[in-house]
Amino acid sequence: MGKAQNACAGSKSSEENRAGSVMVVGGGVAGIQTAMDLTDLGFYVYLVEKGPAIGGAMAQLDKTFPTNDCSL
Amino acid sequence: MDITRPIHIDYAQAVPATYYIDPDACLFLKHETCQICVPVCQSKAIDFSQKAEEKIYNVGAVIVSPGFGKISEEVLKQYGYGQHPDVVTSIEFERMTNASGPFQGELKCFNDGRHPKNLAFIQCVGSRDIGCDNGYCSGVCCMYAIKEAIVAKEHDPECEITIFYMDIRTQGKDFDQAKIKAENMGIKFVRAKVADVMNWGKQIKLTYSTMDGTHSFEPFDMVVLAVGLESPKDAKTIADIAGFELNQYDFCRTEEFDPLQTSKEGVFVVGAFQGPKDIPESVTQSSAAASLVSSLMKSKRGEGVILKEYPTEIPVGDDDEVRIGVFVCHCGINISSVVDVASVAKEAGKLGNVVYATESLYSCSQDAQEVLKERIKEHRLNRIVMTACSPRTHEPLFQETLKDAGLNRSLFEMVNIRDHCSWVHAQEPEAATAKSIDLVRMGVAKSRHNKPLLEQTVPVTKTALVLGGGLAGMTTALSIADQGYPVHLIERGATLGGNLANIKTTLRGESPAKLLKTLTAQIKKQKLVSVYLNSELETVSGFVGNFTSVIASGKTKKKKEVTIDHGVIVLATGGKEHRTKKFKLGTVKKVITQLELEAKLAGTGKNRAPDSVVMIQCAGSRGADLGYCSKVCCNQAVKNALKIKEINPESQVIVLYRDIRTYGFAEDQYKEAREKGVIFVPYKFAKKPKVLSGKTDVVEYFDPILQEQVTINPKLIVLSVGIVPEGTETLSKLLKAPVTADEFFLEAHVKLRPVELAVEGVYVCGLAHGPKPIDETIVQAQAAAAKASMPLVKGSAKVAPTVSVIDKETCIGCGICVSMCPYNAIKMLKIDKKRKAETVPASCKGCGICASRCPTFAIDMGGFTQDQVMAQIKAFGNIEEVV
Repeated sequence: MGKAQNACAGSKSSEENRAGSVMVVGGGVAGIQTAMDLTDLGFYVYLVEKGPAIGGAMAQLDKTFPTNDCSL
Repeated sequence: MDITRPIHIDYAQAVPATYYIDPDACLFLKHETCQICVPVCQSKAIDFSQKAEEKIYNVGAVIVSPGFGKISEEVLKQYGYGQHPDVVTSIEFERMTNASGPFQGELKCFNDGRHPKNLAFIQCVGSRDIGCDNGYCSGVCCMYAIKEAIVAKEHDPECEITIFYMDIRTQGKDFDQAKIKAENMGIKFVRAKVADVMNWGKQIKLTYSTMDGTHSFEPFDMVVLAVGLESPKDAKTIADIAGFELNQYDFCRTEEFDPLQTSKEGVFVVGAFQGPKDIPESVTQSSAAASLVSSLMKSKRGEGVILKEYPTEIPVGDDDEVRIGVFVCHCGINISSVVDVASVAKEAGKLGNVVYATESLYSCSQDAQEVLKERIKEHRLNRIVMTACSPRTHEPLFQETLKDAGLNRSLFEMVNIRDHCSWVHAQEPEAATAKSIDLVRMGVAKSRHNKPLLEQTVPVTKTALVLGGGLAGMTTALSIADQGYPVHLIERGATLGGNLANIKTTLRGESPAKLLKTLTAQIKKQKLVSVYLNSELETVSGFVGNFTSVIASGKTKKKKEVTIDHGVIVLATGGKEHRTKKFKLGTVKKVITQLELEAKLAGTGKNRAPDSVVMIQCAGSRGADLGYCSKVCCNQAVKNALKIKEINPESQVIVLYRDIRTYGFAEDQYKEAREKGVIFVPYKFAKKPKVLSGKTDVVEYFDPILQEQVTINPKLIVLSVGIVPEGTETLSKLLKAPVTADEFFLEAHVKLRPVELAVEGVYVCGLAHGPKPIDETIVQAQAAAAKASMPLVKGSAKVAPTVSVIDKETCIGCGICVSMCPYNAIKMLKIDKKRKAETVPASCKGCGICASRCPTFAIDMGGFTQDQVMAQIKAFGNIEEVV
């Protein structure tokens, strides 16, 4: 999550016309992954989330199949 | 389920970990009273005068991923939800089993706090239900219900669990294995529709009817409703703002062959909003969308990026004092419910060189990273021992924190007391604690010898190699080329297209032939793609960013060899129809496969849709020959059955099946087939249908409604035979890429890295990864293109520092290591006329085989040196050693 977060840090500034920028609407697992991949491909991402924290539905899950990894 | 305060953090690992005020619960925002929080907050962080601001951002593309919505309470009410406290939704149940949930992971009834002794899951709540306008299948509920049932069984092995279902749809890769595991654990699967849910004292009584016509009722302590995924509540608003269309169920409408493109140019959709789906599919779509955007905006690549900077590394030399910090994680209660975390931390604090030892509730949370950084500074720590969970998932996070704190990431050591202690010894807490203390002591002993290791960077050849010229390979090749990088596309056959050429139409009525034509034309036009037909990969050497492959083209006599340098490899080698020997395929003329039927139906033959047809599902998959579900056969059977009905409405089509797996929106066509008179008859694995030859060839099967054996003499017997991978065995040896027991390529992480392989720089998509339909293949191929393009974009690749190091003084040049190395990562040099071995760091995977075989102990593994391993072993024997 680190990268998406970093790419976002500038979103509070008043910049409006950043070249090579993309907007991702929704900060669940799909949105986060998209944002991270886009930064890895050389783009600046605005990740927009309605709620107070990113993670979406996946953050509610206990364990994930089949590795029992915690979902966070 | 539990009380939360108006001002809170959703969960300990939340990002950002900032407290927020819930506007629906705040007395000031609701009634303009209270405001107690304002003067209480010491950092004066509460400012009620803040107003929502509107800002304008001009962006090149938009990706919408709003997720899914909740099934309405109206629907849930039909199942007794709200009338009995122990009728819960699967999401609520998930929270109950969770360590950070309302009961700290203890499973108990809301009614009186007793532990439920019998538990029922009701499937398809709010899915496959035209009563609530959700005709589609949510596709994930069967799998998560099985997961939750297994977790519940692990909580209490005595608990009796029954899952009431219509079809078990575990079509995902290796998901059927979980169902078999659940059955072996004693979880009951009952194919029945639950007709009534009624309060029964403390319990809940379910009335249900099974296929044989019996009505039964049974009381349960708790009932879990496996709720489906609905379109998000604000779907219409989002669609209106962005200007794209929705489908009939208010999910985003997309085309089958362009699955992530909304009806508005430049706006893409990923995740459950595109259609209900699970985590790996969502993650795959995310990468795929990134690849589409990357093609669209390639001219702007890199212009807006801000690179992260790390502080200069603090030098840690051999003579510096070893100062170890030990952090013992509670993992909520995942660890601390079994292991006595406080005493582990206390014991750790007594070990030599440990200058700081502490506990933490969730070491992986964002604020815990800040704490970790502060402690490193405060106590001048130069070794960290994180005593928590699995390094597989969390080591990179902590290593990143170390880098942020100016420490080399190799100074980090992880001890896994969750998997190795609290999970496996859940029933023996004292022994688990003792083992944790042993493991920490060993970790600390090893950590004393941890040295900073250099992270190497290697340049990347900005070219890709794609193996396989079917749908997956063509899509990946085009996508990488569209992003601006040259691609070599290797196809074994004489033409491009693979299986796509055999599919005549899709369930949604699209034409694969048209798609193939378009793709072929695009590849011809795209100058960056070089196509090699009749060609195969002969050898491959090198490592991420620097592969060299030899491609052999043409027949054996006129074989031509070409050497190609490339940075990445995408495996899209595909699969083929499985030719089963069962059901008299190949010996009885009227027994054919679905693919053969499809070809027949697409032709003009007079009797192509005869008056009676029997289809046998899972004729190869799910146990008969292949251990897995082939995912596409149910859709194919429904598609062909509908086609037969279209040509010859009088035809009697019987489909013998185990579970019809028309997941997602394909459920509509399944319903249509039933409405048009296609007869679907389930059979059990133990009572499989048979093809018998006598005077005529007949199908014999058990009819669950009549409760007797039935014999029928159809004109055609059509087998759904399933899909097998092609050539993965040879390639897996060439590339050292692991395959599953079923010989599909094994992804690096099932959920989070679904198109990457364990070997860096190698990616997979299409049937080589697992059986899947056209739309999912396209998405996966685009996702592989995104991942494969990343090293090409960066232009350099980082190599893990845990590689072997050969001491030239001790090396006798015997060459054993060279012959043992599975990655060709050691080469022989002549130094002063003496043979000496040397590691190629970028090729080395750190497996340690060379070190274990070296007769003179000349080889050490970075991060796992002889000293470190010996120290660990000695520490296990409790021999204290202080450097």
